Amino acid sequence: MAISNLTLAGLTRTQLLEMHYKMALLRRFEEKSAEEYTRGKIGGFMHLYIGQEAVGVGAITALRPDDKILSSYREHGHAIVKGMEPRVVMAELFGKITGCSKGKGGSMHMWSNELGVLGGNAIVAAQMPIAAGVGLAMQYQELDTIVACFFGDGAVDEGAFHEALNLASIWNLPVVYICENNQYSMGMAVQKAWAVDSLLPRAAGHNMPGEQIDGMDVIEVYESTKRAVERARSGQGPTLLEIKTYRFRGHSMTDPAYYRTRDEEQQWRTTRDPIGIFEKKLLELDLATQNEIDANDARATQVAEDAAEFAENSPDPALEELYTDVMVDNSTALARRHEV
Amino acid sequence: MRTITFRDALREAIREEMQRDERVFILGEDIAGYGGTYAVSKGLFEEFGEKRVRDTPLAEEVITGAAIGAALGGLRPILELMTINFSLLASDQIVNQAAKFRYMFGGQPEIRLVVRMPGGGGAQRGAQHSQMLESWYAHIPGLKVVMPATPYDAKGMLKSAVRDPDPVLFIEHELLYNIKGEVPDEDVDYTVPLDRGEVRREGQHVTIITFSRMLHVTMQAVEDLAKEGIEAEVIDLRSIRPIDIDLIINSVKKTNRVVIAEEGWKYYGTGQGLAALIYEYAFDYMDAPVQHVNSADVPMPYSKVLERAALPNKSDIVNAVKAIVPQALVRG
Amino acid sequence: MKTVEMPKMGDTMEEGKILRWIKHEGDLVNKGESLAEVETDKVNIEIEAFASGVLRKILVPEGESAPIGTGIALIGAPDEPLPGNVSGNGSTRVTASTPTEMEKGEKTSEAPAQKQGGLLREEIGAGYLQGASQEVNVQTARTTESQGRVFISPIARRLAEENQLDYTRIHGTGPNGRIIKMDIEAVLTQQQAVPAVPAAPAPIQAIAPEAVPAGIDTGEVIEIPLTAMRRTIAKRLSQSMQTAPHFYVTSIIDTGKLAELRKQINEYAEKDSAPVKVSFNDLIIKAVARALLRMPQVNVSFAEDRLIQKKQVHIGMAVALEQGLIVPVVRNADQRGILDIARESQRLAELAHTGKLRPEDFSGGTFTVSNLGMFDVDSFTAVINPPESAILAVGSITPTPVVVDGQIVVRDRMKVTLSSDHRAIDGATAARFLQEVKRLLEEPFGLLL
Repeated sequence: MAISNLTLAGLTRTQLLEMHYKMALLRRFEEKSAEEYTRGKIGGFMHLYIGQEAVGVGAITALRPDDKILSSYREHGHAIVKGMEPRVVMAELFGKITGCSKGKGGSMHMWSNELGVLGGNAIVAAQMPIAAGVGLAMQYQELDTIVACFFGDGAVDEGAFHEALNLASIWNLPVVYICENNQYSMGMAVQKAWAVDSLLPRAAGHNMPGEQIDGMDVIEVYESTKRAVERARSGQGPTLLEIKTYRFRGHSMTDPAYYRTRDEEQQWRTTRDPIGIFEKKLLELDLATQNEIDANDARATQVAEDAAEFAENSPDPALEELYTDVMVDNSTALARRHEV
Repeated sequence: MRTITFRDALREAIREEMQRDERVFILGEDIAGYGGTYAVSKGLFEEFGEKRVRDTPLAEEVITGAAIGAALGGLRPILELMTINFSLLASDQIVNQAAKFRYMFGGQPEIRLVVRMPGGGGAQRGAQHSQMLESWYAHIPGLKVVMPATPYDAKGMLKSAVRDPDPVLFIEHELLYNIKGEVPDEDVDYTVPLDRGEVRREGQHVTIITFSRMLHVTMQAVEDLAKEGIEAEVIDLRSIRPIDIDLIINSVKKTNRVVIAEEGWKYYGTGQGLAALIYEYAFDYMDAPVQHVNSADVPMPYSKVLERAALPNKSDIVNAVKAIVPQALVRG
Repeated sequence: MKTVEMPKMGDTMEEGKILRWIKHEGDLVNKGESLAEVETDKVNIEIEAFASGVLRKILVPEGESAPIGTGIALIGAPDEPLPGNVSGNGSTRVTASTPTEMEKGEKTSEAPAQKQGGLLREEIGAGYLQGASQEVNVQTARTTESQGRVFISPIARRLAEENQLDYTRIHGTGPNGRIIKMDIEAVLTQQQAVPAVPAAPAPIQAIAPEAVPAGIDTGEVIEIPLTAMRRTIAKRLSQSMQTAPHFYVTSIIDTGKLAELRKQINEYAEKDSAPVKVSFNDLIIKAVARALLRMPQVNVSFAEDRLIQKKQVHIGMAVALEQGLIVPVVRNADQRGILDIARESQRLAELAHTGKLRPEDFSGGTFTVSNLGMFDVDSFTAVINPPESAILAVGSITPTPVVVDGQIVVRDRMKVTLSSDHRAIDGATAARFLQEVKRLLEEPFGLLL
């Protein structure tokens, strides 16, 4: 079989295989996390990215390493694609000191200064104003770094959504606002929550470009994000992308998902799996072999296992960590002692 | 030394910090062209331009979030919220975001943010424009909350706040902007620490702890008390979080009697919180329970007569002191 | 449910022994009634109830001791449940409770008690409630009478404890009768508080209406258990002897003119509206008081690093009882007239013999006079009563041949011996003091002037 020299959307075969690997990694990582959660190794809330891999991989592949991302609580995928080691993510889920936030944040609060991963937020839509501010800082310092802000269809209902878009628009901020519309904000179907049936009128309402994209197609996600990133980087301001996708599991680990039918879920899983769609495309275009695809998946599975093992063997934070990092000088008490 | 107003002191601080560090910029509603609702930023737009003196839309949540984001992106924003009453719209950004980022994310983010806002009442502005509320924010680990009462402290503490690596809520008072006080000469770069109170007056009969506008009411009350032979020690807290507890306790050990004079409401506020701390640290030195002077437990009324009755005045402070300083102790 | 605690009745009391329960479990108790008789290191005192109700539970039985402040009984409503770790019956039957009955968790006759309690309730109903509310609403400054809780500010309590003051006897000027700092300070300056002498117990004073305990005959010897009083005397006086270097100065006093004066005084006093008989000891007390006023360096206490010179003169007079020695104090003896001293000393002696001395009657002395003259003792040396620094031992008045102008005549003479603590008082000082006392007694008109 001849391996084609074709590129897809300007991406080389290596790059495409890497994208595939990342999608597989996200899938296997999330599955592993779910398993560990049920075994009691992970506590609190956990929101899985299964089914939305194409969005994270497609969008972040369009970014530069120095670009910043802000996300919601469904953030494992974004962090890993941006470059955070799966071990470090899993260790954070396990609450260990080797986690990216020293075990103090958990599933919803991941951060890396070096990689430009600026959280993780448990407050829906709160990251949108903050993303505008980060964009402002880039613009103020005349850097061409841009900001990608991920949020869900639920965030669209918050006032902060509109306030942030408005501000980004009037100040022409270098922010790409990416709505991962997975059709449901917890149990609320988007048809019931939105007064409009797409975000295009809302982008127009805030006087910024908008696009609606099939989030199960990683290449489409990549291309539209790339366009938006170019605009931002060249000083043309913000874009609102509505990326339609679906989460195959419930909202979080504790959600039995009574608000949708099993048939619907089944339909998406079998016919609209983004990884499957991508694999099919790669094979059809001779951009990859089945072996390579399988190898990616095997590697992904291995890495996920390894991450869990690393997390398991990592130590807990020392009890002194309870009081560190509240303030920069590690003080915390209301009553400040100067004597003693 | 020169004598300037509290307002001018703030402006000087902002100006000097903006000159010192390019990353310092100010944003808020009507601070640029309008010169600021309370004229604090008057003239700064003309000097520094639009990039660094930024009018924002009327949207407390996003401008606070943006200020946080700007800090994360490496700048040193001074955000002005028009009053502390409006900060409630931004309270998620202040309490859930700014206060918690450093901790939640394992010590990585630094939020060098100053949020300036006046609190308090007394100008017939009505219930929604007259609240103190500092204790709400002082309750939250991860924030610094300061309330200077003099021009000297206003300038010195604002400069410290800008240079501080943690988020600082800098709460002013509408009725303080015009008061005058001494500050060092223009070429003197000075700061005032954000974790120290100040003894404004020494005395041996009672310790009066106060802050913000009530400091000035207290200083009038102690004059009246002195005429009757009662010598009060006055402590200006200056910082509500953290609190300079040693300063307070040393005074309590000396006088054994405490009056707390504040403008806010009584229940679950700064006064009660401070009283509990005093009992915790200095129970064995108490000769009487802590007396508390505060506003009436009502939303602030508009009517001049009612507002005056709602706010604490110097007689309230005098009476509180007399309730716990025994007659026989005082040399008439 | 109110807990009756072992009260502190005396500044050195650390624990008390229940000699006998006057009220018993199930008895109705009215506020102010006596609950039990308690032996302390010095006196036996009846403790009174501060609350009305039914004596539900005795926590410390007869014969056992408890430190001050610990619970010794519970008073409450008859059907009120006892606290979890105390079981017991609140029945109206008089029961002697022993510790074993009170072991935790035992099911006792709660049920019958409830029924009986129900009946009782109707009887005491109003009285109990009234008593309870009275206790709660102590508005007047009655802390000195200790009918209810003593209110005292933390700093005042600390000051009192640091100076070993029994604050339950102090009048509070704060709200609700609260004792505040300046009340303690006032007491410290005007009254003689027990000085802060480390490890110096208050003067010996023990009264025991209780009989000397019967000995246990073991054949060879008879073993007599120590009373609290004896124990205290033993401890304090051996400590005094061991820590204070005693030295003795003796003087022989001619009492002729003294006897003459006494006779004249008594003739006068007989016809007084409140007749009183003045004894020699009364005159000696007066003389000693005057001398101390003139020589305050004898009116001192030795503290670790300083001498505490008292400004007031309180003379203790040793009283011998069958059970032991007790020394009630004539306060401000220097300011009292002779008749007043006589009345006071007689009053105190009466109280001593009937066992009614209160702690304030036998604390705070600055000098002691011990008189064994009535036993025909020629002279003797006494042990200093800490924290005082001197004590005068008075012998009997004896007709004695002496040489006057070359002739032998008979004069009434009395030997007195001053024991002094050499840490505080030097030989010359002691001698001069005794000289002054002698002068005042030999030229006794000075006592009236």
